[in-house]
Amino acid sequence: MEHDNYVLEMKNIGKLYSGNRVLKDVTLRLRPGEIHAVLGENGAGKSTLMNILFGMPVIHTTGGHEGEILIDGKVVAIDSPFESMKLGIGMVHQEFMLIPGFTITENIKINREITRPNIASRIFGPALKSLDMEAMDSDARKALDTIGLNIEEWTKIAGMPVGYMQFVEIAREIDKADMKIIVFDEPTAVLTESEADALLKAMKVIADSGIAILFITHRLDEVMTIADNITVLRDGELVRTLAKTETNAFQLAELMVGRKVEKIVQDSSSMTKSEIAVSIRGLKVLMPGENVRQVDLDVFAGEIIGIGGLGGQGKIGIANGIMGLYPAAGQVSIFGKPLALSDTKAAYEAGLAFVSEDRRGVGLLLDSSIEINIAFTAMQMRNSFLHRLGPFSQLAYGKIRKHALKKIADLDIRCTGPMQLTRRLSGGNQQKVCIARALALDPKILFVSEPTRGIDVGAKKIVLETLVKLNRELGMTIIMTSSELAELRSICQRIAIICGGRVEGILSPDASDVDFGLMMAGDYHKFRGKEVV
Amino acid sequence: MKRNFLFDNMVVLLFVAITGIGIWFSGLSLGFVVMDLVTRIARNGLMVVALLIPVTAGMGLNFAVILGAMAAQIAIIAVIHWQIAGISGILLATLLSTPLAILFGIFIGRLLNKTRGQEMITSMIAGFFADGLYMLLLMVIVGTLIPLRNPQIMLPHGIGILNTVDLAILRGAVDDLYRLSFPHFMVLVAVIFLSIGAWFQYSTRGSRQPSAKKALPFFLIAGAAAISFVLTRSPDSSFVIVSVPVVTFAIIGLACAFLGFIATTKLGQDFRTVGQDQHVAKISGIDVDKTRIIAITISTVMAAWGQILLLSNLGNLSTYGSHISVGVFAIAALLIGGATVTKATVGQALTGLVLFHTLFLVSPMAGRNLLGDAQLGEFFRVFIAYGVIAVSLAMYAWKRAYAGKRQLRS
Repeated sequence: MEHDNYVLEMKNIGKLYSGNRVLKDVTLRLRPGEIHAVLGENGAGKSTLMNILFGMPVIHTTGGHEGEILIDGKVVAIDSPFESMKLGIGMVHQEFMLIPGFTITENIKINREITRPNIASRIFGPALKSLDMEAMDSDARKALDTIGLNIEEWTKIAGMPVGYMQFVEIAREIDKADMKIIVFDEPTAVLTESEADALLKAMKVIADSGIAILFITHRLDEVMTIADNITVLRDGELVRTLAKTETNAFQLAELMVGRKVEKIVQDSSSMTKSEIAVSIRGLKVLMPGENVRQVDLDVFAGEIIGIGGLGGQGKIGIANGIMGLYPAAGQVSIFGKPLALSDTKAAYEAGLAFVSEDRRGVGLLLDSSIEINIAFTAMQMRNSFLHRLGPFSQLAYGKIRKHALKKIADLDIRCTGPMQLTRRLSGGNQQKVCIARALALDPKILFVSEPTRGIDVGAKKIVLETLVKLNRELGMTIIMTSSELAELRSICQRIAIICGGRVEGILSPDASDVDFGLMMAGDYHKFRGKEVV
Repeated sequence: MKRNFLFDNMVVLLFVAITGIGIWFSGLSLGFVVMDLVTRIARNGLMVVALLIPVTAGMGLNFAVILGAMAAQIAIIAVIHWQIAGISGILLATLLSTPLAILFGIFIGRLLNKTRGQEMITSMIAGFFADGLYMLLLMVIVGTLIPLRNPQIMLPHGIGILNTVDLAILRGAVDDLYRLSFPHFMVLVAVIFLSIGAWFQYSTRGSRQPSAKKALPFFLIAGAAAISFVLTRSPDSSFVIVSVPVVTFAIIGLACAFLGFIATTKLGQDFRTVGQDQHVAKISGIDVDKTRIIAITISTVMAAWGQILLLSNLGNLSTYGSHISVGVFAIAALLIGGATVTKATVGQALTGLVLFHTLFLVSPMAGRNLLGDAQLGEFFRVFIAYGVIAVSLAMYAWKRAYAGKRQLRS
C-alpha cells in the first residue's frame, strides 16, 4: 500500500470512556480530492471519531485514544484543536460556530483579521493595529465566489437563511491557507432541498480543487449522489467500507440500522384500533436543538406507541411541548377534549404524566428522599398526601411512606429504604422512581422519553418490562420516545419516525431494517414512494 | 428585513416624552436648563463613556466604575496634601490614579472571569466591598499605619480623613482653561462635526458597503449646532450667559474618538467577538480572559479620569460619599439613551447624558409644581435614577420575550 497516496489515514482507532467502549478498531483512509461519507446512527461513534481527529479536549482528558493518525504518510499527534488546524484539518460544524451580530467577512476572518500598523500600534503593540476591512472583504469575496454563494460579504449573519450560514462556515474553512481536509458534520440536516443541492455542488467544487472531504451524514440519497467511498459505522465498530459503485441506498440503510431485536411483546399485531386517546394536529415546539415543525399524529387508547428518529430531528420536543415545558403551538386534544398548550398544570389535569429524558435535571429532586420524589408531583397537582388545615397544608408523612413502600415493592426499586436520597441511586433505579412519581398521578396517558438512556443492560430490560406491565394491567396508553430503535421495536405496537420536525411515517415494529433506515434518513418517500400503516 | 422604528427605540422615546413633560411642568426657562445641563454633562460625561467598552465585550454594565472613582479620590487627597494647585495638580492626580485604576481593573477583571454570566451583580457587590476597604484605608489606616499629619484634610484627633475635603485649589482647573459662550461653542461644534463628517464621507466614498456611510449623524449634529447658533446668537438671548468649558468637552470628545478608534482595531474586533460569543472566540484562538480584563481595565481607568474631572468641577470632595452614586447615575444615563446590557454606542451614551441630566434637573421643580411639596421634588431625583434603570432593564427583557413570541407565531 503506498502511503503517499493518502492525505489522511486513521488506523485502528479505538476509544474507551471510563471503561465503556465507544469505538473499536476503526480504520479510515482518505485521498486528496476524495469525498468520503461516514454513515451511522446516533451513538455509532461518528462524533467520537471526529473528536479524535480534531484533538478535542474531551478525548485527552479521558485518557486519549488507541490507534494512530497519519497525515501525508507521517504519523502525527493531534492533542489540541489548534494542532489539527495547523495540520490543515477544517471543520464545518453542525451547530454553527458563527457570530450572528457580525458580517460574513468578520465571521470568515475571525481571529485571522488582516491588519495594518498605525501610530498607536507602534507604541502600544500589535493589538492596536487597524483592521484592513477592504483586504478582508476581498478575501471573503473570493471564498464566497469559490463556493458560488452570491450574497454581499458585508451582510450580517443574523436574519440570514440557515442555508447561507452553512455556506459561510464553508467559506471560512476554505479561506484558511493550506487546508487539506474538511469535515462536514451533517451539513444538510438543517437545509431545504434546494439549499442542500447547492451545498453538494459546492462540496464537489472544493473536492475538485484537491481538498479531501469527510462527509458525516445519515441522508442516503446525498451519499449516493456525491460520495466516492462510504464507511458505515454501527455501535462503535466499522461495518464496511464500500465504493459507491458497488452499493445502493437499500444496502446502506440495512447496514446502518441492522441489529438483532429482542421482542418483549410478542403479539404486537393483535392490537385493535380503539378510541383515539391523543390527537395531535400541526404541533410546533420551540425546543432548542429539537424543534418540532409540524407534527400530526393520532394515538389510540391502550397502545404503546414509539416515537423514534435521529437526534436533533425533533422527537424529544413532542412530549416536552405537549407537557408545556417548551413553547408550543398547534392543536392537541385528549380523548376529544382540547388541551391548552404551554400549561403544564392543564396537561397534568387532563390525565397526562411525563417521565423526562433529563432524569437528573428536571426528572428528580436529587437531594430529596425517594418517598418525597414519588409524592412530589401528586402533592403539587392533586393535593394528595397532604393534611389540610385551613389555608395551610402539611405533608401527610404516613400516607407518603405507605405509598412509597408499595411503589418500591411494585417496581422493584433497589434501595436502602424510602428515605434514601435519589442522588445515590443507580440510573435504572432513578428511572423507576421517575416512573413511580408519574404513576402517583394515576395518569391515563404516560409520556416516557429516553427511558433507558444511561442505564445498564439488565436495568434496561426491567424498565421496559415495567412499561409493558403498566400498559397490560392498567390499560395505560404509553407514548415512548427513544433514540434506540431496538427498544422501540421490542415493546411498541406502532413506531412513528420523526425527521426534520415532521412525522416521516409510521411503521410496524416488524418492518424491515431497510424501511427504518430509509425513514430515519428522511429518504423513505424518495425511494419507496408509498405509505404504510 | 423591515425594522420597526417605534419598537426598536421605545426606551428612548418614552424618556424623551417624560423629559418633555418634565420641562413643561417645571416652568424653567430653556436658557437656565441649558446652562445647568452644560455643567452637568461636562461633569459626568467621561464616566458614562467609560461604561461602553465592557458592554461591547459582553460584560454588561460595569457597576465597578466606582473603583475607578475611588482611585481618583485617593490620588486627589494626595494632591491636596501636597498642595499642588491648578492644572498641574490635576495632571498629577491623573498620573497617580492611573496605576491604581489599572490595578483595580485587573482585580475586577479576574474576579469577573471567575463569575461568568453574573458580571453585573458581581461588579455591583465588588463595588460595595471595595467601598468598605476604601473606608478602612481613609478612616483608620491614614494617620496610624500611614503616618500622615495634615490638619487641613484630617480629622482633629489625627486619624482619618475629613468628611469633606476642600478642593478650592483644583476647582475649575480644567473647566476654566478655556471657556466660550454657548453660541460661539455651537459654531465650534458645527465646524468640528462638519469636518469629521466630510472626512468620513471622503474616506468611504469608494466603498460599496451601506454600513460605511457613517457620516450622516455628524452632518446632522453639525446642522443642529448651526441652527442653535442662529437661534441663540442675539445679544439679549438668555443663552449668551451660558459659558461652556471647552477643554472638558474636548476631553470627552477625545475619549469618544478613542473608542471609535479602538473599534477599528484588532483589539476592538476581539472585544466584539468575545462579547458576542465567548465559545466561538475561544475556539478561534482568542484569549478570552485576557481580552475581558483589558476591557474592564480601560473602563476603570477612564472612570478614574472621569471622577477627577467631576471633582475639579465641584470644588469639594465628600470623602466617603462622592463615589457612591456615580456608577448608578452613569448607568442610568447610558440606559436612558437606549443602550442595553448587550449593546451600547457612543451616540446612545451622549443621548442618554442629555436626557438623564435634563430629567434630573427639571424633576424636582416639576415635582414641586405638580404635587406642591418641595420635599417631594428631591425624592423625585432618586426615584428617577433608580426607576430609569429598572424600567429600561424591564423593557429590554420584555422586548426580548416579545421577539421570542413573534418567532413562534411565524
